Amino acid sequence: MSAAIPLGAGAARRSRPVALLRQTGAAGMASAAVIAAATFAAIFGPLLAPYNPDLPNLSLAWVGPVGGHLLGYDFQGRDVLSRLLAGAISSMAGPLAVVILSMSAGAVLAVASAWRRGATDAVVSSGLDILFAFPGILLAVLAATVFGAGLIAAAIALSVAYMPYVARVLRGSALKERGQPYVAALEVQGASGMSICLRHIVPNMMPLIVAQATIMFGWAMVDLAAISFLGLGVQPPTPNWGVMISENEVGVLQGYPLPAIAAGVCIVAVVIAFNILGERLYERAQAARS
Amino acid sequence: MTGPLLDVRGLSVRLPVRGSMRTVLNDVSLAIRPGEALGLVGESGSGKSMTARAIGRLLPRGAETEGTVRFGGRDVGALAGADLRRLRGQVAMIFQDPRAHVNPVRRVGDFMTEALRANQGLSAAEARRRAAGMLAQVGIDDGERRLRQYPHELSGGMLQRVMIAAALLTEPLLLLADEPTTALDVTTQAEVMAILDQLRREFGLAMLFITHDLELAAAICDRTAVMYAGQVVEIRTSALLHDDPLHPYTAALAAARPDITQTRARLRAIPGRPLSAFEAPPGQCAFAPRCPHAADGCREQVPALAELDGGVSRCARATELRGVLEVADA
Repeated sequence: MSAAIPLGAGAARRSRPVALLRQTGAAGMASAAVIAAATFAAIFGPLLAPYNPDLPNLSLAWVGPVGGHLLGYDFQGRDVLSRLLAGAISSMAGPLAVVILSMSAGAVLAVASAWRRGATDAVVSSGLDILFAFPGILLAVLAATVFGAGLIAAAIALSVAYMPYVARVLRGSALKERGQPYVAALEVQGASGMSICLRHIVPNMMPLIVAQATIMFGWAMVDLAAISFLGLGVQPPTPNWGVMISENEVGVLQGYPLPAIAAGVCIVAVVIAFNILGERLYERAQAARS
Repeated sequence: MTGPLLDVRGLSVRLPVRGSMRTVLNDVSLAIRPGEALGLVGESGSGKSMTARAIGRLLPRGAETEGTVRFGGRDVGALAGADLRRLRGQVAMIFQDPRAHVNPVRRVGDFMTEALRANQGLSAAEARRRAAGMLAQVGIDDGERRLRQYPHELSGGMLQRVMIAAALLTEPLLLLADEPTTALDVTTQAEVMAILDQLRREFGLAMLFITHDLELAAAICDRTAVMYAGQVVEIRTSALLHDDPLHPYTAALAAARPDITQTRARLRAIPGRPLSAFEAPPGQCAFAPRCPHAADGCREQVPALAELDGGVSRCARATELRGVLEVADA
């Protein structure tokens, strides 16, 4: 049973995130750096942008990098670097919303069905099986037609589509935790189911939840970019990485690929960073409980 | 209260094992008066822990039960929700492996004060004060420091003392002690047992003490119940159990123990192997196949628990065998 003992359970509470990160190795730390940079851009991007990201100048359309404009101009002659920085917020906030929504709904369902088992578990599990049948993009298209295109509708649709994956993984973990002898000991002490779940089971699932959320962020980012590319997510002229690929797609064929590629690189870098970090955290979470 | 605190009658439990139902307890009856300690001894798989789990309503899912468990006159099986939680506040349980029965990521203090704060509405400071006080009672002096530690920082014996303290904190009426010292090393065992015994008497707590150790049970329990194959085969005043057993199984167990005053090349064993309840031959005495005193009558029907000389025995020939058992096995 020394298994579930977390790292540095004793002394180093304050430095835990740092210690945790160190354990993910060089790749993990590099990924964290990429994510930190993207987050920084998302928060301060509009302030950092050297030029007005929304100001078109058609005479400069498709002009490559020139002094001060490191990534050149897009199809409307807007500064690409400024649009990337200003677009970070909508590109990062969407996946974040998806992760928060799908993780919390999934965790609630997982813990509830693991705790109550029996009929609740059967209903939840078969409900999830049905939801599995709907691909995220399809749900997003549906949501866009019903609620109108936009980031919020797309994010909600993706949250619904991701929720079964989260719930299934977490349910397994919750079931295992529920079977631990200490849970029986708490029960016989007279602790209520709600308090056991919230104060013991969920905290002990946290490593898995964090790892799962990290991986999911990468998926959500790709899917949301795809939805924006299709014109069903963030609406132009709002800067957004997915939108930028779609807007500047013509340039790729016309020999001016830089604006589309720059946006694509941002997405790929952040997604890879999240995937690597997520994998590392997941491995750690698994290692800690075996 | 005049009646028994805990009254278990005709308790049978079946558990689902690969699709079929297996009997683990068969017609278990026992009673504990307020403040009394009842030992529950038997081989592995005889149903000791299951009995305790059934009393604490901790049976695995899908278990089928028959019979009644009454605690303070209330039918435990019928309780649910807040009533069940209230019952559990009055029944504390100590487990064999303290390390598995504590959440490893919560501090000792959180663990000990959780029930106090949730069920009795104490403030955090007051709960901690009481927890530290109780730790002092179980012989842990630097309680304040221990409360800030994590379970893995404590030794097994220390942790079991913490568990005992935590169990006593909620001021229960009944303590279910499921082999509380089996996982500890011998010197620690004696210490923990002494603390448990002393505090139990101080608090006037009733106890169901589960153990493999006949002699330990005899030393700290007023009466001892012996289980075999999911049945109680004998309940008797502890002092008499060893020297004047009522059931051939108890006699054979007692005879199998090494004796410090005698040298023997081999310890005496009971022929055959212990049976689980579901393996027991139906329609006859479960111990008959291994019993040196088994007669034809023993194989024709299941003997009932019958009172005899101040105890109860589940032996068809108990009366005939009075006085014979000890002699035959000595």
